[in-house]
Parts: sequence; structure tokens; C-alpha cells
Amino acid sequence: MDAKRELFQKLQQDILLWQGFNPVSAGKAERIGLGEIENSFPGSVFPKKAIHEFITVLPEHSAASDGFIAGLLAVLMENGAACVWASTSRRLFPASLSLFNVEPERIIFMDVETEKDVLWITEEALKCEGLAAVVAEVNNLSLIESRRLQLAVESSGVTGFILRKDENKTTSTVATARWRISPLPSHTEDGMPGLGFPRWQVELLKVRNGNPGSFVLEWAGEKFEEVKKAKKQIVWSEMEGRQIG
Amino acid sequence: MQRRFVSIWFRQLLADWQLIRRPELKDVPFVFAAPDHGRMMITAVCPIASDFGVEVGMRAADAKAICPGLEVLDDKQGRPKTLLKGLGEWCVRYSPIVAIDEFGMDGLLLDVSGCTHLWGGERGYLKEIVSRLKSKGYTVRLAIADTPGAAWAVSHYGKVTPLIPTGEQVDALLDLVPDALRLEETVLAKLRKLGFYQIKSFIGMPRSVLRRRFGEDFLLRLAQAIGTENEVLVPLQVPIPFSERLACLEPIKTRNGIEIAINKLLEKLCMRMQAEGKGLRTGVLTCYRIDGKVVRVDIGTSGATHSISHLFKLFQLKIDQIRPALGIELFVLDAPKVDDVEVPQEEMWTSTPGLDDKSVIRLLDRVAGKVGFQVIHRYLPATKYWPERSAQRAVSVTEKSVTTWRVNKPRPTELLKIPVPIEVMAIIPDHPPKFFIYKGVRHMVAKADGPERIEREWWLDQGEHRDYYQVEDEQGGRYWLFRSGHYGSDNKYKWFIHGFFA
Repeated sequence: MDAKRELFQKLQQDILLWQGFNPVSAGKAERIGLGEIENSFPGSVFPKKAIHEFITVLPEHSAASDGFIAGLLAVLMENGAACVWASTSRRLFPASLSLFNVEPERIIFMDVETEKDVLWITEEALKCEGLAAVVAEVNNLSLIESRRLQLAVESSGVTGFILRKDENKTTSTVATARWRISPLPSHTEDGMPGLGFPRWQVELLKVRNGNPGSFVLEWAGEKFEEVKKAKKQIVWSEMEGRQIG
Repeated sequence: MQRRFVSIWFRQLLADWQLIRRPELKDVPFVFAAPDHGRMMITAVCPIASDFGVEVGMRAADAKAICPGLEVLDDKQGRPKTLLKGLGEWCVRYSPIVAIDEFGMDGLLLDVSGCTHLWGGERGYLKEIVSRLKSKGYTVRLAIADTPGAAWAVSHYGKVTPLIPTGEQVDALLDLVPDALRLEETVLAKLRKLGFYQIKSFIGMPRSVLRRRFGEDFLLRLAQAIGTENEVLVPLQVPIPFSERLACLEPIKTRNGIEIAINKLLEKLCMRMQAEGKGLRTGVLTCYRIDGKVVRVDIGTSGATHSISHLFKLFQLKIDQIRPALGIELFVLDAPKVDDVEVPQEEMWTSTPGLDDKSVIRLLDRVAGKVGFQVIHRYLPATKYWPERSAQRAVSVTEKSVTTWRVNKPRPTELLKIPVPIEVMAIIPDHPPKFFIYKGVRHMVAKADGPERIEREWWLDQGEHRDYYQVEDEQGGRYWLFRSGHYGSDNKYKWFIHGFFA
């Protein structure tokens, strides 16, 4: 029995390796700061060498996705690497990224005219090993295009984030994970006025070889914090150095 | 290296040119004439007309009397120069230094030092030029010698051989007429009057005697022909120090062929640049097509580089713009702008990634080459509160910020470029709105923060200040709204939505 199980495990590991997942080496488990969500991925490791797809239809959703990605970028760009943000109609406000511990000057924005150029830049950038991550805002992504991006990622190890605007055309893509981030009402201490930390419903719609799920997450000023039940939380208005209009 | 020069003399430049353009004139005597003091003076003669005795400098009316059926065509000032310029640019394939013969204005002078072996020696070289020009329709006489003066003399007046071996230009000149020295008409007349019909009759005379009788210019021309004085040619195209050429046996038509050609040129160019510690900043690939057209593509890099693979990728993006038509026979790769390459110290372990990472710089070069440099943006913090101006564009990829990003005020992750007017309902002045309608959807405000007043910079523009509110609707959407101006002031205040929070 044991021999059979070992064989299964080995085969599973091989398949994961071919699909771009790096095996977890003992004692070197890199955490991305997503807490419980990371357990949904195979091997309980956030796949960095992969394409992550975000469904953003409403501007509220895309703003929430931007915030969530920025939180991930903070970890990915920790070593000083740069990031490319390609888009045809960018609304991201660079100054806001510093709230998520990302240095906005290390993000190179490429604002082009056509979707074709966005995809070309994304593929080229994903092949560029000096980058930490690439974010692309597109309307739609076909299977072939996504496969090209995935192949580029597998050779370089750059993390790719695709913000997809069009949900109706549910084309299948080879993205490793598909997310939907929607804003949730923030929580403040009882009776306290103002807004709390940004809180999102993080839906992991699809994970290759993993378990999809839905989580409630908060950006607690410095890091992601999963919201499980009512507990004491720091409020925006209590943060140090914060001015109240 | 022994310097060698070729002189190409177009015997009937204008007549040949006209025959190429209008082959129907082949059997018709024609001349070119230009008005001079109210008369039409002949400036160029075709071979048939010259058989009748028509010469340059005759009056057109006289010529018509000698030669029946003579066609007189209008000449234009400066036409030979334009023709020679075109021919000279075509001749760049034979030597990088091609100059127009300014004296006669009917020939070209080529500095061919170190070029002839590519065509199998000087004889083959001259033969190639003659046959190529002849097939185009030009009758030419060529000569090759150690000095431009001697080459010119032999091409115009030589009778024995056009190949003057190294160091024998004086012997070749001895039997020629003094006209071969490119002298002015007055000096020539004086020489003829004195009975000097050949160069050998005065070449041995003391310089002081010659100077007194014929002037300094005469001595200079003589010295230039013999080789004791250097003659500087003014090249039509100033040769670029970093330039490589690739002549093809068969015209290249395919993408594959062009790629191979670019690769070969880059290999040669990059090896040279590497040896001299230089890197390419701008590169120009010139393709000479067999139909005489020239196609150019250019690339630029944001940092000096001599990496073949990187430069090849930049050219690869431009191959689509090269139209080979019937085929390309010559590729020339120039690097008009080169810079010293900064060779970073090799790092023992992996280098630290960042904006100045080599691969990132290369990516930016490729994007700039394909889409354009204007699409690449990077932002640095600015010392301004006004949201639209709080981030400024960085000029270069390495520019450092002088100030830090402000984090004490919340800012939306998505900012609308232009604030969109909304309808709101606020119960109390200066309070956040109760609800607002944006794009036809009513958002009930559940939580709000603010106001944060941001004053307009009056030294930059005029207008109202803004009172910003952070609001959250019942669904959890977070928005950045502002009211322009004071509540209850005379001019009607307006509400706008300016961004979306994460």
C-alpha cells in the first residue's frame, strides 16, 4: 500500500511541476501573506509562476481587485524588482499604491491604444526575468492567448495578473487561478464614525488542482487579515499619523 | 596602406541620361542648350551630333545649320551635379568614400584603398564598375592610380592602360597633354603658346620657375597628380565609423533571408564595438533594392549595448516594414550614435533586480521600438495636494524621487481622469451626502469620512476648492466624492465622483 501511495504522490508532484508549480522545499515555504487562502492551492503555496485571472466587471470590483493585487505586489516586489502594468484605459491612481506598501515608482505603466498591444507587451514582459509581476487589463482573453501567456510565465517565473473586464464571454482560459474580488461593507468599532479597513469578498472561482473557495479578507494597513468572526480590530481613524479631514 | 583612387569619367553624362529616359532618341542627333546673353549655347552633345562636328560652346543656331534635324533640348542649371550625386550614392557600394569631381563636373572620384580585393583585384574591380554602368547605359572611362589627380588624368587622356601600378603615376603622366592636370584655361593657353604639349616637357623644371610663370595653383595641381601633395576628397556621404555592409550574391526576398543578413551584420558590428568598449544607441539598417530604391529602418536603445541578441530582437520588430520588392542586393548597418558601455562588475551571486535591471531595460527598448516611447510611463511623487497633480511623470527610468509618497490621507485606487458629475442628497450642509446617483444607480451611503478640503493652486489655475468625502454604500462599494465650492455660496455648487477605493 505504502509503495502505491508513494508512487501516487510522486506522480502528482510531477504533474504539478509540469504545470508550473514549484515544489515546496522544506523550511523554505514562501508565504504571500494570504493566510488561509494559500491552503486552497496545491501544496499550500501561492503559485508565483502562474497566470492569475481577475473578473472585474464593475468599477467597484476593479478597484477592489487593484487593491488586492497591490497587496500581493507588496510581497512580490519586496526584493526591489519592478512591475509592468499594461492597459488601454488605465484608471489606477499611482499615489494610492503606497497605502499597500508598494512603491509606485517601481511600477512601469504602459498605456497603449489597442488590446493587441497590451497582449504583446504582457507576453514580452512575462518573458522578462528581471520583473516581479505583470498586470494587464484586458476586455477578453482567448484560450490561445492565455496559453501563450502561461508558456511565457513558465519559462521566466514572473507572476502574471490579468484583469478581465468582460465576464459574459466566459471563454475558458488556462489561467491557474480565477478570482473575483468584490467589496464588502467595512467594519468599524461600535458607534465609531467613518470607514474601516477595506474589506473584500475574495472568491477563488477556479484553482488548478486546488480547492476553490470564498473568503472574507481585509487589508489591515500592513497586511491581509482574514475576517472570521467579530474580534477587536484597528480602525482607520485610529491609525497613527492619520489626519481626519 | 597604400592609398588608391579611382576616377570615373562619364563621357556624355547628359546625353546618356537622356537616352536612358527617352530611348526613342537613339537615332536622332540632339544637343542640350541653355540661354546665355540672349543666345542658345550648346552645353552637351550626343554622339551622333558630335559626328557632324557639333561641339559644346557652339550656338544652337549654328549647330542646326551644320546638322540637319538636330533636336535642341533645354538644359537646366545644376543638372549634372544632381545626376552625379545620384550616381555617386549608387557607387557607395564600391567604396565608402565617393566624391564628385568638382573640376569637370562630369565624373566621380573614389577612394578605393583596401576595397579592390573584394572584387578580385583592381582589374576585376574596374571591369565590374564599367560593366555595371554600361548596362545602365552610361559610357565611362576609368582609371586607378595612387593619387586622384593621376587617376583623373589617365581616365580623361590616358591611351595605354587604366591601371597605373603603385608608384608609377609619374611615368604615366609624362606622355599626357597638360590638360590632364586639371588646369585653368588661361594657364593651358600659356602652356600651349610656350610649346609645352606634353607634361614631360615641363615636369623637370625648377619649381620657382614654374611658380613665377604659371602661378601657385599650377604647382598644386601638378603636386597633387604626382602625389607629393595630399588631396582631400569631400565624400558625398560622410562614412560612419561603426558601419557594416553585406553584399548578397542573390537578391534577398524572404523574411528569413533578411533575418540572416541582420544577424551577420550585427555579429560583425557588435564584435567591433565590443573591442572598442562602445555600445549602440541608434542603429540604421539600409537595404538597397535591385530596383534602385532604398529602404531604411532604424532602432534606438535607452542604454548603450553591444548585445547581438538584444539588437536583433529590436530589428526583428521592424522587419515587417522592409519591403524587399524584387529583392535586396546590399544591406548596410550603421550605428550613427554610439556610447561608451558601462560594464558593471560581475556579481558573484544573482544580481539584485530593479528598474535598472538589464532585462527590464531591454524590455523597454523593445516596447519603445514596437509601440513607441510615449506609451511608457512612470510616476514619481510630487509635492502637491491636488489629486491630478500629486504624481508627476518621470523623465527617465533611473530618475529618483526627491520626495516621498504621502500615506497619511487615503487615496482611491482608481481615479477618474475627469470627475463625473453626480446627483446627491445631503441633509445638512457640509455633511456627507445621504445618497448619490451615479450612472442611473442610486447608492445609499452607509458610512462616510470627511470632508478633506483641497484648495486649488491659485497660481496655476482658477476655480473652486474641493471638499472630498470618502463614502461607502450599503453594498460595500467605496467612493471618493467631492463638492466643488462652498455650500450655499452664490455660484451653484456641484457634486462629483472622482474615484473608487479598494
